[in-house]
Amino acid sequence: MNRVLWLWGILFALWLPLSDHYEPLFLFFGVLTCTIAVFVGARMGIVDRESVPVQLVWRGALYLPWLVWEIFKSNVRVARIILTPRLRVDPSIVHFRASQLTDLGRFIYANSITLTPGTVTTGIVGDDFEVHAIVQEEIDGSEENEMNRRVVVLEGEGA
Amino acid sequence: MMAQVLSVLVWALLLSGAFFLVTGALGMVRLPDVFTRMHAAGMADTMGAGLILVGLCVHSGVNLVTLRLLLVLAFLWFTSPIATHALAKAALSGGAEPYTLAGGDEGERGTEAEGGGMS
Repeated sequence: MNRVLWLWGILFALWLPLSDHYEPLFLFFGVLTCTIAVFVGARMGIVDRESVPVQLVWRGALYLPWLVWEIFKSNVRVARIILTPRLRVDPSIVHFRASQLTDLGRFIYANSITLTPGTVTTGIVGDDFEVHAIVQEEIDGSEENEMNRRVVVLEGEGA
Repeated sequence: MMAQVLSVLVWALLLSGAFFLVTGALGMVRLPDVFTRMHAAGMADTMGAGLILVGLCVHSGVNLVTLRLLLVLAFLWFTSPIATHALAKAALSGGAEPYTLAGGDEGERGTEAEGGGMS
């Protein structure tokens, strides 16, 4: 129930700045639209920990800056690979086990891997991740473990 | 004075974003196969678009436009890895062999990739 209210609040907070109309009629339309959307979602039973992960907001605020910094660093590394006159790519597909307990945690980890250039998640079966890396060192290094650990902390399910 | 500092910052952000876009495009041409090219495309999605959008945010100041630009960035960063993943999966099930340095029948493309540089 609490999560339904959260969803309504988030939808309305998204609708308001995008519409930028504050006349009563438009506000009424906004409230109506959000209510219908939340009602349909609740009836379908899809308002849960995965679709409205408000439990992640605070830990996510800590994770996001670190992720952006990682994205920046690997962007610079891939840019260097592309701009080096003699192209030194050593791509390979690596399998490894991820430590997340929930599908949501794995989803966040897989997307984080794909968002950092140089590594792309090509498949997940259970906790087995299949990742394509542009140079093998991208995936062998400790940074992938660091990301794995941080997503487990973000997930916060308690091991 | 403040306006000049902001203007320099905006230009620095826009130009470095453009740098990553151009480098990503160059990577699309130089890299040997679909999987390695995806990494170059990912660069344009993340830092290319990201730096340009942040630059536009600084340019517009603090108002609703800034919020909308940040929303564009958020949606882009949520959706682009999913598109990349779908592309990779489609390529793999379509039977595309990932290029490797050792790779037997892909060996010729290896020399092409090394020789086809900017030299």
